[in-house]
Amino acid sequence: MSTTNVKVKDTSAPRVSRRLFLTAGAAVGGGLLLDFSLPGVAHAVTGGAKTATLNAYVWITPDGLVHIVNKNPEIGQGIKTSFPMIIAEEMDVAWKDVRAEDAEVDPVRYGGQFAGGSTSIPANYDNLRRVGAAARLMLVTAAARTWGVPVEELEAADGVVTHKGRNKQATYGELATAAAKIPAPDLKTVKLKDPKDFKIIGTPIGGVDSPRIVKGEPIFGIDVTVPGMKYAVYEKSPVFNGKFVSANLDEVKALPGIRGVYVIKGNVTELDPGLYNGLTDGVAIVADKWHQANRALGTLKVQWDNGETAKRSTKGFIEKAAELAQKPAETTVKKEGDVDEALKGAAKVLKARYEAPFVNHSALEPMNTTVSIANGKVEIWSPTQMPGGGKSAVAKLLGVPEKDVTLHVTRNGGGFGRRLSNDFMVEAAAVAKAHGGAVKLLRNRRQDMQAGVFRPGGFHHFEAGLDAEGKLTAFRDHLVTYSNSGKVAGSAGVGAFEFPAGYVQNFDLGHSLMPLDMPTGPMRAPQSNTLAFAYQSFLDELAHAAGKDPLQFQLDLLGEPKPPVVNETPRGKQIGFDNGRMAGVLKAVAEKSGWGKTTLPKGTGLGLACYWSHAGYFAEVVQASVNPKTGEVRADKVWIAGDVGRQIVNPSPALNQVEGSAIDGISQALGQALTFTNGRVDQSNFHDYPLLRMHQAPKVEVHFVMTDNNPTGLGEPALPPVVPAFTNAIFAATGKRVRTLPINTAELKGFA
Amino acid sequence: MSYTINVNGEPRTVDVDADTPLLWVLRDELELKGAKFGCGMGVCGACTVHINGNASRSCVTPVSAVGDAKITTIEAVGQSDAGKRLQEAWLALDVMQCGYCQAGQIMTATALLERKPQPTDKDIDDAMSGNLCRCATYARIRAAIKQAAGLPTEDKREMA
Repeated sequence: MSTTNVKVKDTSAPRVSRRLFLTAGAAVGGGLLLDFSLPGVAHAVTGGAKTATLNAYVWITPDGLVHIVNKNPEIGQGIKTSFPMIIAEEMDVAWKDVRAEDAEVDPVRYGGQFAGGSTSIPANYDNLRRVGAAARLMLVTAAARTWGVPVEELEAADGVVTHKGRNKQATYGELATAAAKIPAPDLKTVKLKDPKDFKIIGTPIGGVDSPRIVKGEPIFGIDVTVPGMKYAVYEKSPVFNGKFVSANLDEVKALPGIRGVYVIKGNVTELDPGLYNGLTDGVAIVADKWHQANRALGTLKVQWDNGETAKRSTKGFIEKAAELAQKPAETTVKKEGDVDEALKGAAKVLKARYEAPFVNHSALEPMNTTVSIANGKVEIWSPTQMPGGGKSAVAKLLGVPEKDVTLHVTRNGGGFGRRLSNDFMVEAAAVAKAHGGAVKLLRNRRQDMQAGVFRPGGFHHFEAGLDAEGKLTAFRDHLVTYSNSGKVAGSAGVGAFEFPAGYVQNFDLGHSLMPLDMPTGPMRAPQSNTLAFAYQSFLDELAHAAGKDPLQFQLDLLGEPKPPVVNETPRGKQIGFDNGRMAGVLKAVAEKSGWGKTTLPKGTGLGLACYWSHAGYFAEVVQASVNPKTGEVRADKVWIAGDVGRQIVNPSPALNQVEGSAIDGISQALGQALTFTNGRVDQSNFHDYPLLRMHQAPKVEVHFVMTDNNPTGLGEPALPPVVPAFTNAIFAATGKRVRTLPINTAELKGFA
Repeated sequence: MSYTINVNGEPRTVDVDADTPLLWVLRDELELKGAKFGCGMGVCGACTVHINGNASRSCVTPVSAVGDAKITTIEAVGQSDAGKRLQEAWLALDVMQCGYCQAGQIMTATALLERKPQPTDKDIDDAMSGNLCRCATYARIRAAIKQAAGLPTEDKREMA
């Protein structure tokens, strides 16, 4: 499937704002509201005053437009389009009559409302179909009662109910008020469509907000304007959690446009491995305009007490990791058989060290939030991936009940996991409290780059044995990684099921920790984005050492398909790794890329890798070319085969996510690294932290392998394998193995 | 200081400091939020506007340097033929993911098509390489530019 050949349905139909509807709805006194409280209670209520307090996914206005709520944050993954598509499909409404609406933030009524872990589709696909089917049944039942006919004799299509025998027709708009009085059907037993009859699901449909974006309309967090609001920046120590000592506050206060300068005390005493919602010491500068506040940072001089964290450095971490690698792992994560004994008997033993750096999410919209505090009520506008967490953290910080906090989630100008942490929202609330009234806090790029919740790096120390036939007999990884407050830092660990765990007789996985004292957290395919590089690169090394084709080596290792392990958890069934699905995508990508069948010139090579994350199976082949004189590397093309189950809800953003993930990974491999000196991040903006640009972007060819499994998400799983596929391709092109990211092109020069 | 600048065909008077970047005049004085803040140093392209038809970084252009130049922003780019065709192509190919950079992308692409109505892949690379897309929608941006130019949309770049 080629992304450029996607033709999407017209999205230019006019939209009705929620506010406008509420006014109109009150005036006409009705409409259909379908209340859907997870895990499965539905009942209809009439519109009007009650609507404000009820949880509704669907309402129909008398003009026949069907308003469908998207409950999760839109971060570019297309969920504001895909969720309403799912409901609209089962409702039998024409897409042109659908208006996507933003949800209020209310986890009690909507269940989980967040954009993370590629979970939106797997956690909601079935439920939202049921919501749509229930709404349809209520409308059809209303028609049946009106006409005095059995429900079974009616058909519905494109928002019109028809009784063929009596030649009767009614639109959903005409039936809505009557339907709202019908008791909601049981969501568990409501009948769902046969997927072969889908008209909307599976059709490429353009983003519902896109017509506004191409005209520059204000829909991002940074665009929010509240009457009377001031603008703020919040300057913290360049060393995480540095304590404020003194500053030239009076000098800053005297600058043009400055309305207030405040020292704010932080509350971070330890770092939990979970999402970071902390507040650290800082100086808030509030001004009439953001430019004035930001400019004042040039005058502000603060003395910080930075403590032990000022001793942290990249150089120090590398030295410490080398020291720890000499000792046994401090903690065993998984142990099977006897690796040492197996290595003694191995025909070949390979050892390798792999290193991944810290990286920044670098969403293009810098972290920002607008907060208004008046009469004990707090109103927030924020581009956040995790609204519930932010709302709670703000309520706690300000000492107000959560019911007095209203949070409007704006479109996110990129998420990538950064906005799962709500530290920026908490800062905005602290500044608004200090100054009073309404304040928009916006970080400049330096602050955004350096006050991150970083993707942690790590150091893998591998040791593996092959027998005389080239079969893997022993595998060890000692991961030296980071800790915060004595625990493995957020997204810095490795799990017991890391492949090839369970596929090699003798397996030993452990970790040792180095204190970090800086927040780390999920970034697109957390953990997987570094683990795939290390593991899939080392497996490629083993394939070459075994004298086998890397594809065949991986297929041999996976072996015959066997049913995945299923664990019952409080949140439902958790399905383990399915080796058959992995082999399926490997074979598919090999076929599409011409693996093993093409002859490439010296300096150009193909690399292969696969990875399972976020329930998605992805195998990818990269063609890389390396300039022998300069060592300059480019990814020419990426072939991707992905298996996310039996249904792609919206192929247009699906392809966009897969392609974007692949290029994201290439971009990281080419040049992204945060380094630390004296506890400070050395990089500050896109001149020294380069993101991939258009002329560097590879062509990407995506193929979905359809299997009879529940549909799963696409925001993340295509990223992890692209990095090792790229570096494995560099090995194929040059004979030089990339074991440290980002790629050091100087080391690739002059290959023969 | 008071400055009168020509924005989207109209004279607009603002009272700001001389060093105020044009971006912040547009966003915070004139409530034109289409141009975006990304880096503040002219390296990401999210703030791109036209100054006398040239794609320019408004975040590093002080208002005092604007003079009587004609400024066009994303809010008015659809009034030009190329701008309108690009907006339509952007929607037809569903280019965007998060969308934050796309106003800047469209502004740069419009300046390109106005200068070179039938761009090659190399022309597109040269013109667009100053505009970052963190979501990496580059293939669709390329295709949308070609579609707006009436060219076949496939990527004809040579592989090594």
